[in-house]
Amino acid sequence: MSPISHGFHGRRTDEAERNRVPPGQYVTHDFPVLSAGPTPHTPLESWTFQIRGEVDQPKSWTWEEFTALPTDHVTVDIHCVTKWTKLDTVWRGVSLDTLLDGVDTSAEYVLAFSDGGYTTNLPLAEVRAGKAWVAYEFGDEPLEPEHGGPARLLVPHLYFWKSAKWVRGIELRAQDEPGFWEMYGYNNYGDPWKEQRYAGD
Amino acid sequence: MARVVDVVTETARAKSLLLDPPDWPGHLAGQHVDVRLTADDGYQAQRSYSIASAPEDDHLQLTIEKIDDGEVSPYLSDELHPGDELELRGPIGGYFVWREALGGPVLLIAGGSGVVPLRAILRHHRAAKSDVPVRLVYSARTQADLLYRDELESFDTVITLTREQWSGHTGRVGRDLLDEVAWPLADHPLVYVCGPTGFVEGVADALVAIGHAPNRIRTERFGPS
Repeated sequence: MSPISHGFHGRRTDEAERNRVPPGQYVTHDFPVLSAGPTPHTPLESWTFQIRGEVDQPKSWTWEEFTALPTDHVTVDIHCVTKWTKLDTVWRGVSLDTLLDGVDTSAEYVLAFSDGGYTTNLPLAEVRAGKAWVAYEFGDEPLEPEHGGPARLLVPHLYFWKSAKWVRGIELRAQDEPGFWEMYGYNNYGDPWKEQRYAGD
Repeated sequence: MARVVDVVTETARAKSLLLDPPDWPGHLAGQHVDVRLTADDGYQAQRSYSIASAPEDDHLQLTIEKIDDGEVSPYLSDELHPGDELELRGPIGGYFVWREALGGPVLLIAGGSGVVPLRAILRHHRAAKSDVPVRLVYSARTQADLLYRDELESFDTVITLTREQWSGHTGRVGRDLLDEVAWPLADHPLVYVCGPTGFVEGVADALVAIGHAPNRIRTERFGPS
């Protein structure tokens, strides 16, 4: 139990929003930016998205091919481990189900990889069944570079560091391997509703 | 729970809390902590604050810039007094840190209160008696906004002001200033940039444009929240 901080009143989230805000989070209307390094600017002509690793036939799409794939238009709440939650964010992207369609694999994990060297790991099951996208529009506009454009992973049911910015593909893996923040003490799984912020939570 | 040992006024908008966390495992210069406040009805709010002190310092120091309409910073600035307790978790973050083994030369670039974790790095560098070259470039609005001013004068510090004319540098940290004060590219400097999002984006882009390797630039951005 936490002791009382005498004189602290806080700013309550309104009733309608409360059950949408995970423990320890607060609602922001901005879109804060958190990145470990400079923002990469990859030209679309040299951009590809790849599925590689434990797979018979690796797959790769150019930007033109990728943006011709069927998309979903989704409205989701997102939760950053630095405590902010943003409600009703609107994205357009390609479902991982679409990308993984026809991919024959025994892998149980994925490692998403990005321009700039960022990686993050997830169980394969967490990016299937309508739970994850590669998004390239935010609020009906092209996704800005500082927010991960041209395209980022969108896995809204996990803390947002799992939604890798500047994503360039996923590696299917038989064994789990920690990604960038997971190696620096952040939780391997990252469920905001269980407040799995750091290793050991 | 950490006991508040002292509260120090840094500027009109910033105060430092000197804390004694029991069983503190130690930290690396550049890391942060999570602070959790609990209201009498159980409502809780958490925020992250960079650690301002070096691992070698006697007390754990946080420097809090008060955001007038903020939820947590007004409480930390105005309501806490020596002897009070504060719930802390940490240290957190393992990338935006400097230790001797990472080498250098080190260039630290701060915008506003982004100077806090970089001051921890400077203090650690001195306490460790490192001979790795280290320089701070610190952008603030006015002289009155400068944190740790007297202390920073004892380090290799370049200050630029964006909202006040004075005898030193003025204007934003861009290519011109970086060309003048950044370590030579040939030395492969290790660069740490911390500040508000727009500041960090601008400085990091300028560094890359000058030719610094992106993987030698570590950033920490403060959201506008």
